Amino acid sequence: MKSFTTHDGVALPLMTDNMNTDVIIPSREMKRVSKAGLADGLFANFRYADGKREPAPGFLLNQPDYAKASVLMLGRNAGCGSSREHAVWALADYGFRVVIAETIASIFHDNCVANGILPVALPRAALDRIAAWTSDDPQGRRVRTDLKTCRVEAAGAAYDFEIAPLARRMLLKGLSPIDLTLQDISLIETFSKTDRQCRGWLYRAGES
Amino acid sequence: MTDHKTLYDKIWDAHLVHQEPDGTGLLYIDRHLVHEVTSPQAFEGLRMAGRGVRHPEKTIAVPDHNVPTDPTRIEGIRDEQSRIQVEALRQNARDFGIEMYDVDDVRQGIVHIVGPEQGWTQPGFTIVCGDSHTATHGAFGALAHGIGTSEVEHVLATQTLIQSKSKNMKVEVRGALPPGVTAKDITLTVIGKTGTAGGNGHVIEYMGDAIRNLSMEGRMTVCNMAIEGGARAGLIAPDEKTFAYVKGRAHAPKGGQWELAVEYWKTLHSDPGAHWDKEIIIDAAEIAPVVTWGTSPEDVLPITGVVPKPEDFAGGKVAAAKRSLEYMGLTPGTRLQDVAIDTVFIGSCTNGRIEDLREVARIMEGHKVKDGLRAMIVPGSGLVRAQAEEEGIAQKLIEAGFEWRMAGCSMCLGMNPDQLAPGERCASTSNRNFEGRQGRGGRTHLLSPAMAAAAAITGRLTDVREFG
Repeated sequence: MKSFTTHDGVALPLMTDNMNTDVIIPSREMKRVSKAGLADGLFANFRYADGKREPAPGFLLNQPDYAKASVLMLGRNAGCGSSREHAVWALADYGFRVVIAETIASIFHDNCVANGILPVALPRAALDRIAAWTSDDPQGRRVRTDLKTCRVEAAGAAYDFEIAPLARRMLLKGLSPIDLTLQDISLIETFSKTDRQCRGWLYRAGES
Repeated sequence: MTDHKTLYDKIWDAHLVHQEPDGTGLLYIDRHLVHEVTSPQAFEGLRMAGRGVRHPEKTIAVPDHNVPTDPTRIEGIRDEQSRIQVEALRQNARDFGIEMYDVDDVRQGIVHIVGPEQGWTQPGFTIVCGDSHTATHGAFGALAHGIGTSEVEHVLATQTLIQSKSKNMKVEVRGALPPGVTAKDITLTVIGKTGTAGGNGHVIEYMGDAIRNLSMEGRMTVCNMAIEGGARAGLIAPDEKTFAYVKGRAHAPKGGQWELAVEYWKTLHSDPGAHWDKEIIIDAAEIAPVVTWGTSPEDVLPITGVVPKPEDFAGGKVAAAKRSLEYMGLTPGTRLQDVAIDTVFIGSCTNGRIEDLREVARIMEGHKVKDGLRAMIVPGSGLVRAQAEEEGIAQKLIEAGFEWRMAGCSMCLGMNPDQLAPGERCASTSNRNFEGRQGRGGRTHLLSPAMAAAAAITGRLTDVREFG
């Protein structure tokens, strides 16, 4: 997995509240058995006109100003709805590295971390200020995010954010959660040995 | 405080393998469900890393999201990409030694209906699945929630999940439900009251007489939509009804183990004096049969209401409501009961169980689906379908004008051929009314099975109380 230290990128200030994962990627765009290629279905219901595969000019991401956008800005409750990780894969496949929002739905948040995307929650006032600032010149006014200092730098200011230590460590080192857990496999073995004695009905013959 | 635990605290503590200094826990997962859409990339990841499935016997696989529901599906799935996903699931189940209920197996169905049916779902379990409606299993007093595919891979590889503990939220529904009001109306009303972010960071425990008096099917409907209220999971403490439902099912504890299990299950309730971070109390008498008018599950109104004006709301919701109304093609001030519909969809993990179909059949007694209306029933599993046929319900519903389909998620999310056309308006027993959810441009009104039946009769959103 890609590690994350700092990122300097074009921001896409959609700013929508309750942006759900069905909007980020409609279910009809998820019929793949691999993670690659999902960028094609990103925001499909809005990005393409009339159900054809032609860019809808009104959608921000299709405008030249927002070419190569890599910092997605949303409002409240970002990534709510289904647990489909395809939403995060589609964002990652497109090239997004950071999601900045007022609040972020929990499953989506964890999916971001597992895929090397940094989820950042900032107060609404800061978000609005950054969005207004970057909108004037999206390609020139880039948003810089630093995970070492836990700061977003934009609009001539620095905004501190918080992230759980474990999520931060995983992102910084590019560690997958599985790598992390398998380092301590003996803990799991000990647990199931004890648990088996208390809750025998959970374990069928031959199970551990 | 430490002596008085909530049900969630108890299940959490019983499954905690390890805790990081920052509070993040490594939780043991008792049961895992996988389906064709959110699992292929997890198995792909295992293969790439040269890993196996740690406990294949703790996982079952069932295709549900994109399987067609017309009976000819046995001859093969026509949509190539859907077929590839189902074939991938079959191959992965075979390669990794996982039990699978395939498309031609009568036990196939929506994963959240199959789990309880097979006794796979039991009180006190931790249950996960790569689908947010895993919350359904909380009706048994199991800690159950949706996970992403990376987490699916994590559970397959380690039988554990890294989790931060959520806060405790109590939703108490006091008193008795009025006639015509069902579990679906409870759960929608709660979301209408708390909003889709109201449960963020929390696990909800539903309690109170109105919840206690629900059947297991009704309790599953309530917990199913905990996620629409923003919660990580929904829970209902197990009781005699729960035990009776589980007893004798394929994967239920047997013999002496049954008594031991029940003894343990009886300890699974929140202690008096337990701490709640958030509490909502609702008087059941004030709940009416409801429908959604907008494109968020929180856009809930009693069927006797009128389409709201955007200015009725505050903050960002004004613009959202305006856009919703535009998308939904509704004019403020219109009586909800005057909204004509094109389609009725009855099914989904929210309302695709036998009790739901019985309720539809009860309302339809002596009535027909209105001419020109498209009305389909998609049983939640092959076993639900078989039972409805055995009880004679299926025949009655077919005669009343419903299409009688094979089991799957179907039009709840429009991943298979069952989709709405742009502008098509649907009275739906499913769980999400997001833009484009049931098909691009499709318009969804969420409601109970009884209300869906009433709408099928009249061709418009209808107060089910007119039909007793």
